[in-house]
Amino acid sequence: MPPETQSGMSLTLAAVQTLNGLQLGVLLFLVAAGLTLVFGVMDFINLAHGVQYMMGAYFAVAGYALTSNFLAALAFAVLGSLALGLLLERLVFRRLYRRSHLDQVLGTFGIIIFLNELARTVWGATPRTLPVPEALSGSILLMDGLLYPVYRLAILAAGLVVAALLYVLVRWSRAGMLVRAGASNPRMLSALGIDVDRLFAGVVGFGAMLAGFAGLMAAPILSVGSSMGDDLLVLAFVVIVIGGIGSIRGAFVGALAVGLVDTLGRSFATDIFKLFLAPAAANEAGPALASMLIYILMAGVLFFAPSGLFGAKTA
Amino acid sequence: MRRTLLAAAAAAALAAGLSGASAQEKLRIGLMSTLSGPSAALGEHMRDGFLLAVKHADGKLGGVETEVITVDDELKPDVGVEKAKALIERDKVQVIAGVVFSNVMAAVARPVTESEVFLVSGNAGPSVLAGKGCNPFFFSASYQNDQMHEVMGKYAQDKGYKRMFLIAPNYQAGKDSLAGFKRHFKGEVVDEVYTQLGQLDFSAEMARIAAAKPDAVFTFMPGGMGINLVKQYRQAGLADSTPFLSAFTVDGTTLPAMKETALGLFSSSEWTTGLENDANRTFVADFEKEYGYVPSLYAAQGYDAAQLIGAGVKAANGDLADKAAIRKGMEAADFPSVRGDFKMNTNHFPIQDFYLVEAAKRDDGKFDVKIVEKVFDDYGDVYAADCKMK
Repeated sequence: MPPETQSGMSLTLAAVQTLNGLQLGVLLFLVAAGLTLVFGVMDFINLAHGVQYMMGAYFAVAGYALTSNFLAALAFAVLGSLALGLLLERLVFRRLYRRSHLDQVLGTFGIIIFLNELARTVWGATPRTLPVPEALSGSILLMDGLLYPVYRLAILAAGLVVAALLYVLVRWSRAGMLVRAGASNPRMLSALGIDVDRLFAGVVGFGAMLAGFAGLMAAPILSVGSSMGDDLLVLAFVVIVIGGIGSIRGAFVGALAVGLVDTLGRSFATDIFKLFLAPAAANEAGPALASMLIYILMAGVLFFAPSGLFGAKTA
Repeated sequence: MRRTLLAAAAAAALAAGLSGASAQEKLRIGLMSTLSGPSAALGEHMRDGFLLAVKHADGKLGGVETEVITVDDELKPDVGVEKAKALIERDKVQVIAGVVFSNVMAAVARPVTESEVFLVSGNAGPSVLAGKGCNPFFFSASYQNDQMHEVMGKYAQDKGYKRMFLIAPNYQAGKDSLAGFKRHFKGEVVDEVYTQLGQLDFSAEMARIAAAKPDAVFTFMPGGMGINLVKQYRQAGLADSTPFLSAFTVDGTTLPAMKETALGLFSSSEWTTGLENDANRTFVADFEKEYGYVPSLYAAQGYDAAQLIGAGVKAANGDLADKAAIRKGMEAADFPSVRGDFKMNTNHFPIQDFYLVEAAKRDDGKFDVKIVEKVFDDYGDVYAADCKMK
């Protein structure tokens, strides 16, 4: 291959990988948005947020099995997740708000194990699938030999739309104002006569709904299986720590940064190492570094901005 | 009450002591499998296959009343060791069978064999137990791990592929897999990609494959990772342009989720539902009737593991204390394997045939793999030469 074709090729590849990174980023944002609100407003560590993503995907699969309609599956996922979020809040979370972070971690970790096994018992150990909706089932030739599913672009678009809506909601609505107030000073909020319990339940339910929506969006490209939310939860925590706890804007920027760094790292770290290392050593070092990159990013951000990029609190 | 129990226990102990050869003693088998978490499907297949063989033997493997105690190793080596010890010390099992994953097998092998309890693998076949570390109490009813990868390497070599793209998760088994593939493949490896264990989105890897334009792709991507990889490989249009060779990726446990996306993709196996022999026909028909799903190789291996134990017990005429005779019986492996061709090698791993298989849809709409060609005939593993069986 002549050099100019090679570099042209890498440029296209880099563009495709950037797109992949952004798409992972918006998916992460949908999960992280709820997590950061719950953590920021209520000072509540909800490890069960990842399983709510999983349950959203399962609700979608169940909805699709009943109706064979993607929009109905969407309704199932969103409403089911909302209901599940409110139910968990009422039964479990409410009892944990005033307790230590360790108790919260233990309690919500129990929910992870419980819901993972429940999903496996109800839907079986074999992962389930949700077909790509008919209207979005096409693909475009993005680079030679690679078809890019339109659905992946739809995820990107849907994520951006939700992000915009969320921004408007938090910035301009009364509920959004209360949430922001809660994030910076919850005690004052309750002293002013706001029903904090209802606000908290609303935030948890809304967060669960967003996570469920993310699960639904991911279901047609991934498979729906028990524990699918566990790894995503870790990434979502990295995102909110980078973005600043309680900040939607921070979650958005953090999610895109993590998505891009992770994807580009996985794509190019080994090749970059090959420039100055033997192939075998590069194969060792590349993947190792790629899996560490987002944590290095997090450590770097925390070094310069200890409360994250857009941290609401200066605690 | 307590006294009566004690007396009964004492009487039972005496009786057992008196009978000496203890022909009435029950065969107690600890069936260790992975039955929770994301990889539970493999463990369930293996367990169901094993229990079917016990049922086919009317609850008497080798003619001896058999009790199977199923435990879940949770895919954690420490949990496996703990439960294996409980099986040996509390439940007094004579045999522990099963074990899906090699990391669990590597951990339990020593405590089990040191207690002089037979360990019969229904799946895991780590190299440490096949070579210098071979053991008179360890038997495999499955395969040695490397073999499945070697099958694909050999096929790629025979097929004349020059440029291969390899992809596997970044952990020991992933590295062993690619090393196994390269044992028989002599062409160029254009790229060797190690992904994170548990990774589900392979969009970045799809773009790399498309950019590298290999003759074919080889992957080892077990469980949920493989389901996602295959789905995205299809969605990226690569399934139509680039042959997909795999090991432990497209099989009976993942096909119900992969469905159409896996059609035409290749994998390696030592068994399929379509193998023509009487034992297999009975096994497949009864399995589907009993459990309502298509058996995978894990189910077949579980079935053969139980049969192998039965062969050992039968050779000892049901005398469970005669471990030397049981061992000889298992070495002779005189039972109707669902694989047809089945012999025990000097390192207690099977010598058997390996096939290239392809995912296909059956007439009843279910998915299964079918044989494309035989790649290895009567194939033993490379580690057997290092085994000095005592």
